[in-house]
Amino acid sequence: MLKRRIIPCLDVKEGRVVKGIEFVQLRDIGDPVEIAKYYDESGADELVFLDITASTERRQTMLDVVSAVARKVFIPLTVGGGIRSLDDISSLLKAGADKVSLNTLAVESPSLIREAADRFGSQCIVVAIDVKFEDGEYYVYTYGGKQKTELLAVEWAKQVAALGAGELLVTSMNQDGKQSGYDLAILERLREVVDIPIIASGGAGNAEHVVEALEKVDAALLASILHDRKTTVEEVKHVCTSHNLPMRFVSTKMD
Amino acid sequence: MKVAVIDYGMGNVFNVERALQAIGCYVVITNDASQIEEADAILLPGVGAFPQAMQSLEQTGLIPLLQKIATEKPFLGICLGMQLLFDSSTEGMPTKGLGLIPGTVERMRAKRLPHVGWNSILRDEDVYFVHSYHAVTDDANIVAEAEYMGERVPAIVQKGLVTGMQFHPEKSGAFGLSLLQEWKEAVEREITTRH
Repeated sequence: MLKRRIIPCLDVKEGRVVKGIEFVQLRDIGDPVEIAKYYDESGADELVFLDITASTERRQTMLDVVSAVARKVFIPLTVGGGIRSLDDISSLLKAGADKVSLNTLAVESPSLIREAADRFGSQCIVVAIDVKFEDGEYYVYTYGGKQKTELLAVEWAKQVAALGAGELLVTSMNQDGKQSGYDLAILERLREVVDIPIIASGGAGNAEHVVEALEKVDAALLASILHDRKTTVEEVKHVCTSHNLPMRFVSTKMD
Repeated sequence: MKVAVIDYGMGNVFNVERALQAIGCYVVITNDASQIEEADAILLPGVGAFPQAMQSLEQTGLIPLLQKIATEKPFLGICLGMQLLFDSSTEGMPTKGLGLIPGTVERMRAKRLPHVGWNSILRDEDVYFVHSYHAVTDDANIVAEAEYMGERVPAIVQKGLVTGMQFHPEKSGAFGLSLLQEWKEAVEREITTRH
């Protein structure tokens, strides 16, 4: 049976994980490889690295991070943040990313979704949609939530699925950071209109919130509740299991 | 042990290479006939569509060599590389495959495709799948299968020296690596027997 997925999201700045978890097991809490290994062992089903480096030096640094992680951790790796071209995607995939997450680029050049899916395969193209509920509608935002567009989330989701996106990563800007639960209404509406997997993001404050999201969609992206040690991947999965959600547990250990 | 990973421009071969290196294989990514003949085992990767993959393989001119070598040395196909092992596929236009394992590749019936994510095989261990087509073959060729929306999905197939994995062992965590490790050990036993 297909499992629901728990996906830790790590913000990477100049090659270092920021807001990293402060676990005693980790010698270096900012080291992407150490943190990726930790999450892999604790049962993370995939990892997302979000590049938040502001400088123009970002590309090579992020490629180094991806390549170092891909040598040690053998679960799907998604990279997002600042991807501007097919060449950027190609470099990240060569470095070891399995998927890339496109946001602003997808909105500004929707045809690139089709080109990227044709060239690299739909399975590696995740489209991230930042949504904000305003005046009775869900609008799409770009530039890390700074720029409002006229796109409606439901229409945009249908369009990107038709263009060949492999998965949707949906972040509710209203809920993000509040830890009061996911925006279940938009997840439910998107689930009705697209067949590709949906990853819920923004608003998880505890494992029950994750259960609510995973009753509607395929995967949940988790950041602060893991990094702040409010809970662990394993604990979230046990709570999900107690609500009859199919989850994957790691029994084979790496040498 | 030297593994030749066939380079024919279909998908990302680097993560397969990294996983094989992690279990101690020496890896060459190649479309060179002499490199392939020198290797102890062959790995056929692949992501994408079946017709394009066969066309790309044809352009390398390697198909007769691969068909011959699959009767002599361990040969592993992963994901689309697994599907290419069969006689034919209905993806896009009907296309002939390598014909190393009897059977066909057909679109899955599930309402929601692709079948993507972790699904259980064997003793309830999970592996990472991404595909919309699956093999239809005799049960005798199926070593392990998964279930997706009520449909049986052949996950590991085998006939003689030829093995196929529909999922991505290189992306299936420690369990995925342990499956590659088992394959590697089988190759090493085969090498010992051969000499």
